[in-house]
Amino acid sequence: MKLTDISSDINEWFSGAGPLAEIVISSRIRLARNLAGYKFLSRCSNAEKAEILQKLKDVLMALDLGDQVFYISVDKTSTLNRNFLVERHLISRHHAFGKGPRGAVIARREFFTAMINEEDHLRLQVLKAGCQLSACAKQIDHIDSMIDQKVEYAFSPRYGYLTACPTNLGTGIRVSVMLHLPALKMTGQIEKFLNATRDMNLAVRGLFGEGTEAASDLYQLSNQVTLGICELDIVRQFENTIIPEIVEYETAARNHLLSKQVDTLDDKISRAMALLQNAQLISSQEALFLLSHLRLGINMHDHMGASTPAIKRLCSLSRSSKADKDKGLSIATINRLFMLTLPAHLQLNHGKLLDSTDRDALRARIIRSALTQDV
Amino acid sequence: MRTEMHLCEQCAIEQGIAAKTQISINELLSSLLASQPSDDELFGPSEPDATCPHCGFTLEQFRRQGVLGCPRDYEVFEKALAPLIEKAHNGATSHRGKVPIRTPQQTKKQMELANLRQQLDAAVRAEDYELAAKLRDKINQMES
Repeated sequence: MKLTDISSDINEWFSGAGPLAEIVISSRIRLARNLAGYKFLSRCSNAEKAEILQKLKDVLMALDLGDQVFYISVDKTSTLNRNFLVERHLISRHHAFGKGPRGAVIARREFFTAMINEEDHLRLQVLKAGCQLSACAKQIDHIDSMIDQKVEYAFSPRYGYLTACPTNLGTGIRVSVMLHLPALKMTGQIEKFLNATRDMNLAVRGLFGEGTEAASDLYQLSNQVTLGICELDIVRQFENTIIPEIVEYETAARNHLLSKQVDTLDDKISRAMALLQNAQLISSQEALFLLSHLRLGINMHDHMGASTPAIKRLCSLSRSSKADKDKGLSIATINRLFMLTLPAHLQLNHGKLLDSTDRDALRARIIRSALTQDV
Repeated sequence: MRTEMHLCEQCAIEQGIAAKTQISINELLSSLLASQPSDDELFGPSEPDATCPHCGFTLEQFRRQGVLGCPRDYEVFEKALAPLIEKAHNGATSHRGKVPIRTPQQTKKQMELANLRQQLDAAVRAEDYELAAKLRDKINQMES
């Protein structure tokens, strides 16, 4: 399979579907595992890394995941392909730009990735749209158990699954959710949210790591403690406490915008529409920033019945746009623009490498075309 | 006079207006390693020159790289790593959760007992005597 087979559309987890998707974009669980009898990667020669890679690749490619799987030789594929995989959250940046033999086994529908020779021998990942952590946990546990029947994991009764970095020790689990929190940002409450998450031993990152959250209002929240608490308790903590509280705060902030700061809200949405419909050059960061406001407007219309002047205009634009002329501008369309205008996606779909200005022009054209009737 | 500034996070951090909002795992580890006043406080007592006989790794290398050399390092450097592990995991010192399929039944039982004893301690500390009694009965039942 070629990456261009998947690059022209968004993946399932970014579809805008799923429970609470107006705030919880996606749910992800990762497990860190190492093979018994081998050194960790920092002490492995390339020959040993290649042996681990082959062994795990054979096991993973033979698994029945209920979907077609494909393999990417991460160390051999192009930089553009690596960036594409990172943009789609199929592999980590660490894996993309690491050293030595390494690869990824990916389910065609992109709900599952196994990164081989990332920081640990094996990093499993399951991703789903919306708030679906329990389903992620069930699926990744099943996949992990299937692999466990074929290989022996490094494990100690005291410390659990042994990982290269002691911060992943124990369950080796990273539970995370990607949250869209534009109203907390607009109402100046995002710092409170960030402080609260730190107090709860949670890590917060942007869409693609550090520094990107300011652009897109997207925050990835994940657990830091992996020892002394079982997998299900971590998932329950997210589903029963952390996520409901954040959803409540963001919803309250959206209500506050509607009742007390409607001019601020409408200004953001109107400016975003005007710029996206008219810009001739637009950077990825600016596009993420502006699309975030359109997403907020559509979600407030769909989930809260909001109809401020700007939201009305946004929705009438929706009905007249080519992209969604039957059903109105959907979150899926916004998400598609969000993902397909990222730098590696743009270039892969365009069929060649582009310099920054050409990318900005192409990005602006794609967005104008989706949001404007007569382009 | 009130001045309004619109800053990105990086600029806000540079100007000392906002604290850095995220800490990566490696940063956390590095900060734990860097903030330690002495080896003994964070790493626990150990010989700084100790070398793992299985992979040749040293604590000094771990300190620089933030990752270990092989699974056996957890035994070889156990005394040195224990305080760091406890700090990184909010005071936890032992595993709770999934175990590999091949784990012997006896080991699974020992792990479960250890977990129950920890829960019992926590229940007593929280003065939840009803739960403590239930846990004690369960432990007695498993041990008999």
